[in-house]
Amino acid sequence: MADPTDLTIAEAREALKRKELSATELAQSHLDAIEQANAALNAFVLPTPERALEQAQESDKRIGKGETRPLEGIPLGIKDLFATKGYRTTACSHILDGFVPTYESTVTANLWSAGAVMLGKLNNDEFAMGSSNETSYYGAVVNPWKRQGSNAKLVPGGSSGGSSAAVAARLCMGATATDTGGSIRQPAAVTGTVGMKPTYGRCSRWGIVAFASSLDQAGPIARTVEDAAIMLKAMASHDPKDTTSVDVPVPDYEAALKQGVKGLTIGIPKEYRVDGMAAQIDALWQQGVKWLEEAGAKIMPVSLPHTKYALPSYYIVAPAEASSNLARYDGVRYGLREPGKDVLSLYENTRAAGFGEEVKRRILIGTYVLSAGYYDAYYLKAQKVRSLIKRDFDQAFKQVDVILTPTTPSPAFAIGEKSGDPVQMYLNDIFTVTVNMAGLPGISVPAGLSFEGTPLGLQLIGRPFDEETLFRTARVIEMAAGPLVKPVDWWSNAA
Amino acid sequence: MSVDRATVHRIARLARIAITDAEAARLEKELSGILDWVAQLDEIDTEDVEPMTRIVAMTMKKRKDEVTDGNCADDILKNAPSVDDHYFVVPKIVE
Repeated sequence: MADPTDLTIAEAREALKRKELSATELAQSHLDAIEQANAALNAFVLPTPERALEQAQESDKRIGKGETRPLEGIPLGIKDLFATKGYRTTACSHILDGFVPTYESTVTANLWSAGAVMLGKLNNDEFAMGSSNETSYYGAVVNPWKRQGSNAKLVPGGSSGGSSAAVAARLCMGATATDTGGSIRQPAAVTGTVGMKPTYGRCSRWGIVAFASSLDQAGPIARTVEDAAIMLKAMASHDPKDTTSVDVPVPDYEAALKQGVKGLTIGIPKEYRVDGMAAQIDALWQQGVKWLEEAGAKIMPVSLPHTKYALPSYYIVAPAEASSNLARYDGVRYGLREPGKDVLSLYENTRAAGFGEEVKRRILIGTYVLSAGYYDAYYLKAQKVRSLIKRDFDQAFKQVDVILTPTTPSPAFAIGEKSGDPVQMYLNDIFTVTVNMAGLPGISVPAGLSFEGTPLGLQLIGRPFDEETLFRTARVIEMAAGPLVKPVDWWSNAA
Repeated sequence: MSVDRATVHRIARLARIAITDAEAARLEKELSGILDWVAQLDEIDTEDVEPMTRIVAMTMKKRKDEVTDGNCADDILKNAPSVDDHYFVVPKIVE
């Protein structure tokens, strides 16, 4: 049998069922891969081998008794934003040093009760604020992909950079991720993986470290569209503990995969052809149009006139909500404490030492836009712009079933290349952020390689709660693009 | 510049984050850059637009007003940096 870490979730599920492979062997091969790779890639901030083997043994018992659950024995990585009972959860921030939750997030609880195995906690940008995974307190993650003929270390995207890198490098079969402005889809695009951000309300936010509550949503990163569909089915649920979690049935996403795109109308928004768009991104987009057309879909231009305002309004809404959510880190109830002469200086010193530069910047922007006299001019204005962005999509979805765009404006860049100017870094999310502002589902699917030999992705945007149509359309692009070559392993025992 | 040095110090105080003068100088530039960039929203007329509050029309979920949780003081205090019995300990507030 081939290396078990090369299997997809769907293939591993079959191999386990046919007892060609045990869950313990499958977990162990991934734990070995993590041990060999992590010094070079820094994808895991906390491997949990004992927990993995314990869960794998339980899976083997169940498989033996014929009591198999949907994700029985499948080894996954968990973004460090998800609270895991008894296992350190820090959102990769210094301010949550040593925080060990006494509770489990709903999404991870769903995965464990579906039989999945936890390999460990994955690196991310601090509090999920970033587009390159360079803001993590635990250091940058390295993309397993490299530019042809170059040894430069590239970023894996962000904020779910540990998730994307670990899945691409075969350190786990799939990973949980979260997406507030593109943090699932953008890292998936630049690592050649599939990333699905479901509709706001599809997955419970309970037990996920909050960034911007009206935008945050959990979803999977996996190596195939089918695997992402299998994972989302297990992650999604209605949860009374999250008032924004929606009480609608979770469909069988796998069943949708084979339906193809015949009869579907695909919208191409002209506003996404931004000034100075890289020729290779435009070419990839045209290729995607051609593939879908050849598979029987109808193509139609659509207009989303408020697209250019999505990113600036996001940078009001997200920091405002973050400044409020992050007020809880005060050095009193959990995490880091820096002493002060009185309680106020204790707060100020703790937060000065505990938050990184980008997090501080966003808290301060958020504090400013919410401060007395500015609420209407900034937050209220931005929420009104959101209504306009949503209205654009509502209009478009009267004519089309899915919207096709590029996922990112460029392939993976090098570590340190864009960290000088915050606004330049924010522009990485230009194609993904509209989807969060409107609360819609979006998926990024690998569609080819850049001139530099690194992956590029296409994004599909759907109607609320219509993840099924996204999966079936993404599957068509995946088939047309052909299997993505595996990045050359330079990382095992490299550091 | 959208924000001046004094404003940076004022919002840092509101946000309870201690900053040095050197940080304030850098933040003055960065925050102004971000606020100048978001100012493009002024181009849009939103006079008659309702702010967005939900993705799909749904009524807010309500549940019976009853205790569903509790008796977990040890859990709540488990991660605290300083505790005494079942209390969080902070520097003296009232002289």
